[in-house]
Amino acid sequence: MKPEAKAPVFRVALYEGAGSRPLVAADRAQLLVALLEKGYAVTCIRSGGAINSSVAGRLLVLGRFDEKKPLEAESEGGAVQLHFRQVEGMDVPQMAQLVEQVRDDSKAPKPMSWKPWFPVIDYSRCTNCMQCLSFCLFDVYGVSGEGKIKVQKAPNCKTDCPACSRVCPEVAILFPKYKGGPINGDEVKAEDMQREKMKVDISALLGGDIYAALRQRSDGAKARFAKERDEKRALEERKKCLAKLQEALDIPAEVMNALPTADFIRDRTAAAVARAEE
Amino acid sequence: MSNPLRILYCHCAYAQVVPPEVKQAVLQKLAESGVAFDAVADLCEMSAKRDPMLAQLASGGPVKIAACYPRAVRWLFNAADAPLPAERVEICNMRAETAEQVVDALLGTPQAAPASEVST
Repeated sequence: MKPEAKAPVFRVALYEGAGSRPLVAADRAQLLVALLEKGYAVTCIRSGGAINSSVAGRLLVLGRFDEKKPLEAESEGGAVQLHFRQVEGMDVPQMAQLVEQVRDDSKAPKPMSWKPWFPVIDYSRCTNCMQCLSFCLFDVYGVSGEGKIKVQKAPNCKTDCPACSRVCPEVAILFPKYKGGPINGDEVKAEDMQREKMKVDISALLGGDIYAALRQRSDGAKARFAKERDEKRALEERKKCLAKLQEALDIPAEVMNALPTADFIRDRTAAAVARAEE
Repeated sequence: MSNPLRILYCHCAYAQVVPPEVKQAVLQKLAESGVAFDAVADLCEMSAKRDPMLAQLASGGPVKIAACYPRAVRWLFNAADAPLPAERVEICNMRAETAEQVVDALLGTPQAAPASEVST
């Protein structure tokens, strides 16, 4: 399942402040790793600290409490539903299990349901040229009410596909989980602007407008097929063209297998640009 | 009264791009340090979900963040409608720095020329 914006949050607080004895140091680190690996956010509250209940949602507070705590309580104002659990005598797997149990019981969404892969726009570099919008095949980009390019449907993005960032002439699109810079957010260096050249190369490879080129290739292949009646050769030609594009932009194979039609993309882009110009 | 310094650690749980030995060592040191901090599974996921915690961090005074490239972190916050202020934010890059550099920056031990982004 992919995320919805403003989903209610479920957090864990490890309370080691007043009225709760600290955990054994090794247990604390192990518990943190166990919970983070399961996708939970954990606030470590240490001596002198207090429970911060300013972020709405559910907060499970674990502690070696000196006194009995209510299982559930509401924060002042009622924005946060607090769940207190005693962890005295528990080992790390038991504490991790307890967290899962409370989340389950409170019907909070399960974390770690989606690898968060989506483009992030560096607006200090973006020139609003809309190349990303016209290039993306999966409707990830849109235009704000102010005519500004924005990531509109992040969950539509195809995991591990960084293709839109490769065609951005300003190196303004990041994928923080990408292996290499500057797409991963590393500083943009002078040599990275070579990507501008790469974009030109891709255009050259495909004869200018990528979709027009693909169409021409397709028409060319059809013409050859008509002339030579060589279906095999035409298909080979198309495969070669797509393979070059795939390699140049580091596009996963499954993305190539799910391309929408060129007409659909053109219509969608024209509509978005018209909205931006209104 | 001024807001206390907050520390945010991102575990980047959904990808293998942060060296595991660096993030484990940073987390271990934070856990041993006695300081309060927030540890999150994945900042990218929080940004995608527009997690309200990001807005709280961005608007609540000085913050030190252990995650990845500062440019990525800043624009992830921005994408969640929670832009980080230009000042009093320090971002330590666990993809490029050593665990020692990151821990020193987070816990305030002087360190010669850390590779972190520091704006105070």
